[in-house]
Amino acid sequence: MKKAILSGNEAIARGFWEGGGHFATAYPGTPSTEILENIGKYPEIRAQWAVNEKTSLEIALGASFAGARSLVAMKHVGLNVAADPFFSASYIGATGGLLVVSCDDPGMHSSQNEQDNRWYALHAKVPMFEPTDSHEAKELTKQALSLSEKFDTPWLIRSTTRISHSLSIVELGEREEVEIKGYEPDFEKRNLLPVNARKRHEVVEERTLKLREFSETFWGNRIEEGDPSLGIVANGISYQHAKEVFPEATFLKLLMTWPLPDRLIREFASKVKKIFVVEEGDPYLEMYLKAMNLGIEIVGKDKIPMTGELNPTIVREALTGEKPSYFEIPKIPHRPPALCPGCPHTPVFYILNRLKANVTGDIGCYTLGALPPLSAMDTCVEMGGSIGNAFGIEIAEAMRGLDPRKKKLVAVIGDSTFYHSGVTPLIDLFYNNGITTVIILDNSITAMTGHQENPGSGVTLKGVPGRRVDLESVVRGIGIEHVYTVDSFDMKTLKEVINREIHRKEPSVIIAKRPCVLLPQMKRRKYTYAIADPQKCTSCTLCWKLGCPAISVTRDKKTWINPDLCVGCGVCIDVCPVDAIYLADPHADNARKAGEEVLGWVKKQEQ
Amino acid sequence: MGKETRTVIVAGVGGQGILLASNLLSEAAMEAGYDVKKSEIHGMSQRGGDVISTVRFGEKVYSPIVGLGAADVILAFEKLEAMRNLPYLRKDGTVIVNDYRIDPLPVASGYMEYPEGIIEFLRERVKTIALDARQLAEKAGNIRTMNVVMLGVLSKSLDIPEETWLRVIERRVPKKAVEANKVAFRLGREVAENAEL
Repeated sequence: MKKAILSGNEAIARGFWEGGGHFATAYPGTPSTEILENIGKYPEIRAQWAVNEKTSLEIALGASFAGARSLVAMKHVGLNVAADPFFSASYIGATGGLLVVSCDDPGMHSSQNEQDNRWYALHAKVPMFEPTDSHEAKELTKQALSLSEKFDTPWLIRSTTRISHSLSIVELGEREEVEIKGYEPDFEKRNLLPVNARKRHEVVEERTLKLREFSETFWGNRIEEGDPSLGIVANGISYQHAKEVFPEATFLKLLMTWPLPDRLIREFASKVKKIFVVEEGDPYLEMYLKAMNLGIEIVGKDKIPMTGELNPTIVREALTGEKPSYFEIPKIPHRPPALCPGCPHTPVFYILNRLKANVTGDIGCYTLGALPPLSAMDTCVEMGGSIGNAFGIEIAEAMRGLDPRKKKLVAVIGDSTFYHSGVTPLIDLFYNNGITTVIILDNSITAMTGHQENPGSGVTLKGVPGRRVDLESVVRGIGIEHVYTVDSFDMKTLKEVINREIHRKEPSVIIAKRPCVLLPQMKRRKYTYAIADPQKCTSCTLCWKLGCPAISVTRDKKTWINPDLCVGCGVCIDVCPVDAIYLADPHADNARKAGEEVLGWVKKQEQ
Repeated sequence: MGKETRTVIVAGVGGQGILLASNLLSEAAMEAGYDVKKSEIHGMSQRGGDVISTVRFGEKVYSPIVGLGAADVILAFEKLEAMRNLPYLRKDGTVIVNDYRIDPLPVASGYMEYPEGIIEFLRERVKTIALDARQLAEKAGNIRTMNVVMLGVLSKSLDIPEETWLRVIERRVPKKAVEANKVAFRLGREVAENAEL
């Protein structure tokens, strides 16, 4: 048997390929992104980036209508965006196998909440698998494809950061080729007019009974016999933590966590003296077990933390009271991520900070503009939230009888986030006579999640040219008259335009444009760097406030620029009031010049 | 070493080659016949934040991560990150630390001070091997091999044959950098040999 060490995400991709998957689509989101990136490497599968999670599921559902085995992958909050088609898909079922992969993020390593998406399975009446390592991730994905067709239902695969981003050994299999059946209309099944939907709901309830029966004997749900004094019920990564700490205990290991196997749970309860439910997040299993009235003590969230991630040490301490022995350390500086040296977002936030604007923000790299020293973002709620939030503030301020322009309201949103869900709130703002200024930070890529192509890139996931959506045309198409595209590094113009537009009594959109400094065409170069002359530096602190990782402060409070990190973008040169900073080699390549070349390339493509 | 699961936490700053280093370690352990799990947090890794990758190997590994006081080795590419991760080390564990400083943003922008005497702080508590891996990487002909210098130091304390390491390096490192990486690995391994007095 061929073995490989794969991440959970690579394993899900492999399982989809082995199971004869035909079509996959996703919007990138940590920790789910690598699923589609890896599926994209298999030539047999059509894979493409979606504009958002809702469109991804709608397209995959359509492919399933036509009999294609399809998959969508998203981070946990992405399923909120896709929830509408998700609930309907449950009623409609799956002609071609339809998998919805949700990657939750306990501990919020890269997310705005810790929602536990297992509830979605119960809520939408969709069966759910939860792997505990990469091999199971692969096997469950593969099997879910045919099960989805057999039970005529979409299937939820629920992963978490520590499944998706952990690597373990996987036994590889071969691909099973399955034919795409082709589209045949089925009005009563797929047109959810109330008259049809009422009948479909009956079907869904009957299906759940059949799935519950399947769950009873499914290989992934099993009792691991051990010490009867300690019974542990666990799912996902929590199973591994608990197994590490209590290898001798009796386990009820659950890979299919909706519908749950009632008889198997009762059998397990009859074998043990006490049940510990070890699960991250909400008391999903615990509530179910407690409602079953098993007549046995059940310990769960009274001991196991509801917040954050678990690990073996936390599980041990929770269940035995045993405290870990470790070295304590004094308080040390934290190391937050920062906008990169040469990042085109930096000057925009620097100006917003100087203007003392009230900024509603959004999700992306640029959310880092909220952190000191830039400190130029008051809010960050969810994908696409910035524009609506700013418009709401404007409305409330106006209702107090004040001129909302005095608040200097600005909504800041990235290009990819704008395509994802910023267009509709902008239409709302325009239609309802709003005047809030919107800045679209256009770096022509989805940068935060590791550079995925988007409608503005002009390239698809498979690396072939795709049609390019022109931001300015989209905005003008809505009817907004005041649309200005400005070079993000042209700080003088940028400041003038922002200052003018936040005082305008009409809606306006400023597109601050520059390619991401981490783009492959930007990164594969040797750049010169900037030098700060300590004789000339007056310690005025202005360049420190850029928050550039290449700039630091010496012991005698002078600016020092790290030549290993600096890319010579020259933004600090522009903000220095005493000309103390200069490029080591003004004729050599630097990130500013390189950005202009890339922009030139994009312009050429447009013609 | 035998059956017991060993845990190495590779820690540093985004951009230092942490994920490549922990991949090489995982593959070497797998080739040496161990069960292996590795866990990492990325997403922010290219943006200068702190990065941790945990590698665990042994006869049978369950959890891919460890909690407080449980790692055998901290392999730190930057010294403040060695200190930050010290609570995860067993009290009889080892720290291998690159004596190299990268100012985090709160220090760079003048809000906080970078702690003095980190190496001494570590030495007072735990077995510590400190080295200037950047200098050794330069000697190997490519400063980007700093991560492999660190692996070389680590390799001496793990039950994985040297040939296995070199084979994995050959397979995983870009072709034109293979020689420099092999030199870097040996330079690191020498540091460990001299440290074990």
